[in-house]
Amino acid sequence: MMQYGLLVMGAPYSSPAPHSALRFAHAVLARGHQIAGVFFYHDGVHNASLLMAPPQDELNLREAWIELNQQHAVQLDVCIAAALRRGLMSESEAHRHGKQAFNIAPPFELTGLGQLLELQQRADRLITFA
Amino acid sequence: MPTPDALLVIIRHAPHSSNWLREGLDAALVAGAFGQPVHLLFMGQGVMALLKEQGSGGPGQKATLPTIDMLEMYDIDKLWVSEGALQSLQISADSLVENATLIADQQIPGLFQQHAKILNF
Repeated sequence: MMQYGLLVMGAPYSSPAPHSALRFAHAVLARGHQIAGVFFYHDGVHNASLLMAPPQDELNLREAWIELNQQHAVQLDVCIAAALRRGLMSESEAHRHGKQAFNIAPPFELTGLGQLLELQQRADRLITFA
Repeated sequence: MPTPDALLVIIRHAPHSSNWLREGLDAALVAGAFGQPVHLLFMGQGVMALLKEQGSGGPGQKATLPTIDMLEMYDIDKLWVSEGALQSLQISADSLVENATLIADQQIPGLFQQHAKILNF
């Protein structure tokens, strides 16, 4: 049994990276391995947007990540610096920055890059999707 | 010789064409600040990040050279540069910042083997 960490750096609907990452995660789990966590960095932070509203006949990537979290208790961490500069923030960050809306909510958690390094330590393999 | 727990951060994107360089360097700095040994490898267009004469660049983008100069304060002093990339972009080694070390492309696979932890930007 191996622990895989995923680093997702591609944006939803403009890069195939999130789809590939999700398919990889399910393939790994189906073979009896575990996902140690997912870290969203660079343009990958957009995967966490609460306001994502793709057409109904397309996979909602945010919901697909949430399903992974609910079914397999996979932690979904979003880099706070990469998120803030791209206009993604939680309710508490929105208060702090005087914004009227927020678009990051649990199970996605805003966190620092230290979490990425910690995930790399903890996982047997860290796989990048960019 | 790299220590086995060192993190290798690979930079493959030029300054200002995207945010890859900035966010790659951020990851290196955070690892450095956490006391993890960090080595950097600049490949492809990423070698342009080390040009010492570069300015602040395109429309309203912050310069990244000050971050390169700051690496040493985080004990990141190993900056490898792909010789092949320099040749193909016709950049001479003396136009790069001082602590850059050239590495022959044949040695790069060996570098990957020496590092269990790699982040690729």
